[in-house]
Amino acid sequence: MRRGAVRALRRGVAAMVVAALVLAPWTVDDYTVALLARTLALGLVAVSVALLTGVAGLPTLGQTAPYAAGAYASAVVGSHLSDVGLVHLAVAAAAGAALAAVTVPLVVSARGVVLLMITLAVGELAVTVVGRWRSVTGGTDGLAGVAASRPLWGLPVLATDRARYLYTLVVVAALVGVVLLVLRTRVGLLLRAGRDDEARLRAGGHRVAVHVAGVHVAAGAVAGAAGSLLVVAQQFVSPADFGFDTSALLLLGVVIGGTASVGGALVGAALVVAARDWLFGVLPGQAPLVLGLAFVAAVYLLPDGGRRPPVRGRLLPTVPARRPAPESPTPTGVRA
Amino acid sequence: MTAVAAGIRFDPYVVPALDGVAYGLLVFVAAAGLVLCFGVAGILNLAHGTLYAIGGYTAAALLDGGWPSLALALAVGVVAATASGALVAGLLTRLAARSHLTQALLTFGVALAGGSLLVSAFGPDDPPVRLPAALDGSVAVAGHRYAAYRLVFIVVAALLAGLLHLVVRRTRAGMLVRAAVDDAEMVAVLGVSPARIRVGVLAAAGALAGAAGVLGAPIIGPGPDTADAVLLLSLVVVVLGGLGSMAGTLLAALAVGQIQTLGVALAPSAAPFLLFAAMAAVLAVRARGLATARRAT
Repeated sequence: MRRGAVRALRRGVAAMVVAALVLAPWTVDDYTVALLARTLALGLVAVSVALLTGVAGLPTLGQTAPYAAGAYASAVVGSHLSDVGLVHLAVAAAAGAALAAVTVPLVVSARGVVLLMITLAVGELAVTVVGRWRSVTGGTDGLAGVAASRPLWGLPVLATDRARYLYTLVVVAALVGVVLLVLRTRVGLLLRAGRDDEARLRAGGHRVAVHVAGVHVAAGAVAGAAGSLLVVAQQFVSPADFGFDTSALLLLGVVIGGTASVGGALVGAALVVAARDWLFGVLPGQAPLVLGLAFVAAVYLLPDGGRRPPVRGRLLPTVPARRPAPESPTPTGVRA
Repeated sequence: MTAVAAGIRFDPYVVPALDGVAYGLLVFVAAAGLVLCFGVAGILNLAHGTLYAIGGYTAAALLDGGWPSLALALAVGVVAATASGALVAGLLTRLAARSHLTQALLTFGVALAGGSLLVSAFGPDDPPVRLPAALDGSVAVAGHRYAAYRLVFIVVAALLAGLLHLVVRRTRAGMLVRAAVDDAEMVAVLGVSPARIRVGVLAAAGALAGAAGVLGAPIIGPGPDTADAVLLLSLVVVVLGGLGSMAGTLLAALAVGQIQTLGVALAPSAAPFLLFAAMAAVLAVRARGLATARRAT
């Protein structure tokens, strides 16, 4: 009964948020609409972070890498090959997935702090490459004047902030819908199982390494698509969009939203990005200081987003924590 | 001109290679602190680059071209960075039971606030660093002109690395730190508080970063981007070095030093990708080495 009421309340709030997002371009000024479009793009990256961090239990600070790959791929294709948004999205998702696939060997066997460290290194390296690869990315000056795109063949170009926002909203809604649907299938169940008890899943004959690689590439594709949306939203892209602070902001947003919830990640990221943009507006110069203190405060005040519910503790007698036993080959012979 | 007339010339290989050694040793001293934090406390200290920047700014502010100022800068920089490391440890103490995610976010917040304070205290421009006159010139090395300071730095950094090795391997403190990595509970049973070890390790990591910042100021100078750049380089060498091994980190740091200097000198167009390529190459050769790294959670 109470659970039902909570669910109804959550659905009501979600419906109101969606309605507000759809109506936003007719109720607020163009500047805010453009800002909202950018926030939506970042929200989609947050969804990819939530997919890895919350659902699969693979904390990441490196989703800015596929995000940047998608953005630059989209901008280059948009300038030279095609002005069709769907093509940009496909290219961007492919670029994000490809970058994620290249880094799979790095991440597949790492967990916890090690994974945070490796993903952060990959993300930072990617931004360094972007900043130095002048001939393609325009270096630290970025790529300006990206041509306006049209959503599909035959449709008009997205000429106004409102049109760009609505395009972003539709794409984000569609992709989030796909992610949510996929997570409701067996795939989602297996990912959560791997997060909660990897050893048991492996003992059951499942190939955890394949799951990890799969979700990493899929999250890369989602982040890459978000990169394409960023280019559409601001018609400009530069390394500043993919800095270290963006990774950390996304992670904070996801932690605020509740790591395991895809919708929560979107809302959390939106809140954090909105707070940052507002801070930079009202406190020019002092914003990083306040933002840093806000980070510290948020960590102290928030419930621990990274901790998992103690499912095992209730089902099995508690065993004092020990170092993990040396890993032995599993029935399938896979060592993740 | 006189040097050229005397037969001393610049060389496209030897000078960058020597630079690479200096750069690599600097990255090692900076990254060693990160290895300590990570290996002992299981903490990804994202404020580590900021601790280096504290040392760098201290050097820029205090160095006036004389020897006493160098000693003073070293003392002040190390003390300030040590205190900052201890402050981070203090903030983390109450979060000890929390996940690594919250610890990463907290240290990032500290990095953001600390970086902002440094920029507002020292200004947004990269300040110049004034070395003692005796170190500011160049000397002849095997027929090549080379910056005197970098040679001295190579010697000092090598001594620091050796000292670190001795402390970790031969002293009681080092023994406790290594024991805490393997079994914190057993160390606690021996009557040594693991929490105190954590604070000590984070403070020691701060000292290393501060020393690297002061001594490395003429090589990777202080500025608004310094903290991020040093953190990135440290992360890359820690990952390349096999996550937790000091010897591996030293090897990786020297390799990264060569890549960054020799690579830029010999193949400027490929230089941006060389670090990526190095990471991929190391993994291709010894993916098992990385895969079998200790899992800190």
